[in-house]
Amino acid sequence: MNFDFTEEQTMIKDSVSRFVREEYDFDTRRGIIESDEGISRKFWSMFAELGWLSVPFAEEYGGFGGTVEDIAAVMEELGKGIVVEPYASTVVVFGGLLSASTNEALKSEVIPSIIDGSCMGSFACVEAQSRFEMADVATTATACDGGYKINGEKTVVANGGTADKFIVTARTSGSQFDRSGVSLFLVDASTAGVTVKSYKMMDGQSAATVTFTDAVVAESQLLNTTGEGMDLVDQVMPQILMGLSAEALGIMATLNTLTVEYTKVRQQFDTPISSFQVLQHRMVDTFMACEQTKSMLYRGLCQAGEDDAHELSKTVHALKATVARYGRLIGEEAIQIHGGIGMTDELNVGHFVKRLMMINVTFGDGDFHQKKFNQLSYSA
Amino acid sequence: MDIKFSAEDLAFRDEVREFFATEYDADMAARLSGGQGSDYKPAIVAWQKKLHAKGWIAPGWPVEYGGTGWNATQKFIYETERGLAGIPDVVPFGLKMVAPVIYTFGNEEQKAKFLPRILESEDWWCQGYSEPGAGSDLAALNTTAEYAGDDYIVNGRKIWTTFAQYADWIFCLVRTSKGMRKQQGISFLLIDMNTPGVTVKPIVTIDGKHSLNEVLFEDARVPVANLIGEQDKGWTYAKALLAHERTGMAEIADSTRSLDALKRRATTEINGGQAMINDPVFQMRLSDIEMELMALEYTELRVFASMAAGGMPGPESSLLKIKGTEITQAIQELQLQLAADYGGALPEDLNAEQLGHDYAFEARGKYMYGRAATIYGGSNEVQRNVIAKAVLGL
Repeated sequence: MNFDFTEEQTMIKDSVSRFVREEYDFDTRRGIIESDEGISRKFWSMFAELGWLSVPFAEEYGGFGGTVEDIAAVMEELGKGIVVEPYASTVVVFGGLLSASTNEALKSEVIPSIIDGSCMGSFACVEAQSRFEMADVATTATACDGGYKINGEKTVVANGGTADKFIVTARTSGSQFDRSGVSLFLVDASTAGVTVKSYKMMDGQSAATVTFTDAVVAESQLLNTTGEGMDLVDQVMPQILMGLSAEALGIMATLNTLTVEYTKVRQQFDTPISSFQVLQHRMVDTFMACEQTKSMLYRGLCQAGEDDAHELSKTVHALKATVARYGRLIGEEAIQIHGGIGMTDELNVGHFVKRLMMINVTFGDGDFHQKKFNQLSYSA
Repeated sequence: MDIKFSAEDLAFRDEVREFFATEYDADMAARLSGGQGSDYKPAIVAWQKKLHAKGWIAPGWPVEYGGTGWNATQKFIYETERGLAGIPDVVPFGLKMVAPVIYTFGNEEQKAKFLPRILESEDWWCQGYSEPGAGSDLAALNTTAEYAGDDYIVNGRKIWTTFAQYADWIFCLVRTSKGMRKQQGISFLLIDMNTPGVTVKPIVTIDGKHSLNEVLFEDARVPVANLIGEQDKGWTYAKALLAHERTGMAEIADSTRSLDALKRRATTEINGGQAMINDPVFQMRLSDIEMELMALEYTELRVFASMAAGGMPGPESSLLKIKGTEITQAIQELQLQLAADYGGALPEDLNAEQLGHDYAFEARGKYMYGRAATIYGGSNEVQRNVIAKAVLGL
């Protein structure tokens, strides 16, 4: 039994950690968010040079050949700096889906450009009516001369404004809620008929509404067999959710540390407020919440290396529900225990909380995942 | 046991309803719905002037100073109807906070000078209590007022001052002497915001908005005539006020209205083709809140009944504050949960129509700013201490 990261994983973890500590302080981050693009191209190139963008990709495409553990190691450290550059949406989500694709030509073409930092990507899967049911797809792709013609609208596409390419869920057959009949297309943002309306989100990142009006994509842009897109999504979703949960874990741990440290210096009633038992117990609860989340993540990471998809699926739903529940507890307690200062935009606490809240609703909130867990666990 | 209203009470309720329905029109509602926008001050002042014209601006005041003369039941009905109609409360700092101190402890000149302008919404007041080092431990404040003949010379820093940017006056707790206990030596001082040496610095909150401020005093000269009551007795005056401040924090009618809005919105948010209102898990989340609110409604009625019988609001006001703010926050949390991914969007680059899910901006703003409700007015931890001590005798 071993819960340690490997030497290699520790090295990359340390490298991300050093970057966050030394180059990504709160003012730098704020400056990036306020810039035109809302991200730093300079840092993105640096991530490429340091090899971070290559982590999950196979060596044959120039990748590091990492596993979900490596992704988690990077994401946890990025969380500690609430880094706004689109690592999750480009490398973990977009890159993860692409890696699982059966379209070798597409992979050889695009993965190297993710690794060298020249391509940012995003997964366009949410629609106005779909909420968290990803198979609820009203966007259509109909066969035409030259491939498929896509029509529909995708909402809250993470970092859609800076994405060069999208992986789009579009219905090639079946009715609106059918899991089969959804296909995955790689669509260039510059394709005729694609419009992107970008807007800022509370976590300092951006999202976009992406509209497809008779956007024609070649058949060669399909990620896998027509109509079987959801199978590919299902296959990759555990590692996506574990990556996001690792980021959340980094944020939770940071919030807990900030809160404990603050209570040691904040004096009220002639004593540090850390001396009040009511606050001590609550900080013990948030500490335990963080440890439980870490354990749930590690449970998933261990199971990811095994062969039981059912158990992994249960664990990952439980993980996302745990992140939602304890993330909210830790975020709300951090603000409450900080008091008035925790309400200010100037302090970093609120910004950590906001990213945690966004992770909570990305690819399903706590209730959604708990219901999935129930379905897998308690059917008669 | 019953909660039946008399025929007179019901007639009064109808009158209030009708007044709100006619006077709080769509235009006024639109102007005030944003809460803290640039139009907030003129809009709320316009509304308060309407209330004043009707004679309803200050139900809590004694009749001789401009109160309504309503009995406790009528006050309760009025407040309930206001909340259910979605009408924001009056700005409390003048009407509900400093005015009771002035008419209870102030001299005749002060009453004549300040009360009419408060009734007419001519002066905007703000509250100078908290300081960087004095939050829950308010008595630790150390903004000083040094006696110098006709004036006090005030130096120090007040923080979390809501709407100081609009204020003409600030009522402050200041230290005039060092007593044996820190509650001693505090005075209650009224300060003109235009006094040289007074500056306001904005604080942007986690909802991205500006309603809070720091107020700095650098050798600000304040006439001795602006001292309320006796020097060094200010803590007593301030304390008399706090229980009143907390009673108003249950906001049950407001929560009832917010919960209704949330239920309506849950009929149009769908997941897998099903409206969220039909989702058993979401129903559990809703009923968790609704059941607490149903109980709190009767807790408030019980407190109100005892006040109507001549009692003073005591530690019950702490219970109402704790439960009321926790329910308010729970509604805000669930509303944000309902808004899903859209709840994260900021309104800078797109309008609600473009976003769809048109309540999502409001859901985010209310959730974020709503975190303050368990911090201000005496944090909920402090309120629990009050109950532990005053009720449980611990």
